[in-house]
Amino acid sequence: MVIDCKHVWEHISGYLDGALAPEELEQVQKHLEHCEICSAILDSTRNILILTADERVFELPLGFSERLHARLEEEMRRIAPASIPESS
Amino acid sequence: MIASILSGNTHEFHDLIRPYERSVYSMALSLLQNEADAEDAAQEAFLKAFRNLKGFRAESKFSTWLVSITLNEARSRLRQKKTMKVQSLDEQPDEQGHTSPALLRDWREIPSEALERQEVRSMLQQAITDLPLIYREIFLLRDVEELTVNESAEALGITVASVKVRLHRARMMLQKKLAPQLKQANPKRRWFPWL
Repeated sequence: MVIDCKHVWEHISGYLDGALAPEELEQVQKHLEHCEICSAILDSTRNILILTADERVFELPLGFSERLHARLEEEMRRIAPASIPESS
Repeated sequence: MIASILSGNTHEFHDLIRPYERSVYSMALSLLQNEADAEDAAQEAFLKAFRNLKGFRAESKFSTWLVSITLNEARSRLRQKKTMKVQSLDEQPDEQGHTSPALLRDWREIPSEALERQEVRSMLQQAITDLPLIYREIFLLRDVEELTVNESAEALGITVASVKVRLHRARMMLQKKLAPQLKQANPKRRWFPWL
């Protein structure tokens, strides 16, 4: 069965996650072999996911760690270890 | 380490959370879209993790548990501030529509080194924070925090099918917005001297 570009677009996410059924996967792969537009969409999406997942995208503000641990220290002094509430 | 903390070595909690500081902050920032709110929410999430450490169950990953606490903290703040511009948390998402990708004829890969440039980081940050909330949440859980489909569904209180649909749409929205920007900027601006 030959599938069109729009059908392939609906499967891009599943393709990237390796979640397509064998038959769907075969159809998408066959289409990608000859469609440069869908191949470019797939490649750009994959590339964008790698870039957006990089930890450099969101930088910690200067002094974030120091302020966090100071606040935690304050909390730890306030709550004695034995009195960490049982939440279960 | 968690058992040790619970037995009284509370100072070890500092070391336990160090690897997750950036992750918790970036998630809070993506959701709240404000640096001061994000820092406060991140601090609160870590404090809640400390206070509720006894409730942590070893069958789930500590990182997944922390992500859920952060998500709930951010959601709670969004509700309080009513800053959600696009849709309410309780609103049923429109998952029936389609998001068409940006059509390209070829793609020259943008290497990770490009992230050394502030303008590229800003472009990516903006695209993520511009996603409607339901798509931002699922994108952050799956593609940034790398939770499984099932873990994401549990954290968001939605079905696995909804996770897949929302994630697909989130990815297509990002491709539609970012691919033309990155493609246009790449050859003309000559970020990389070897290109």
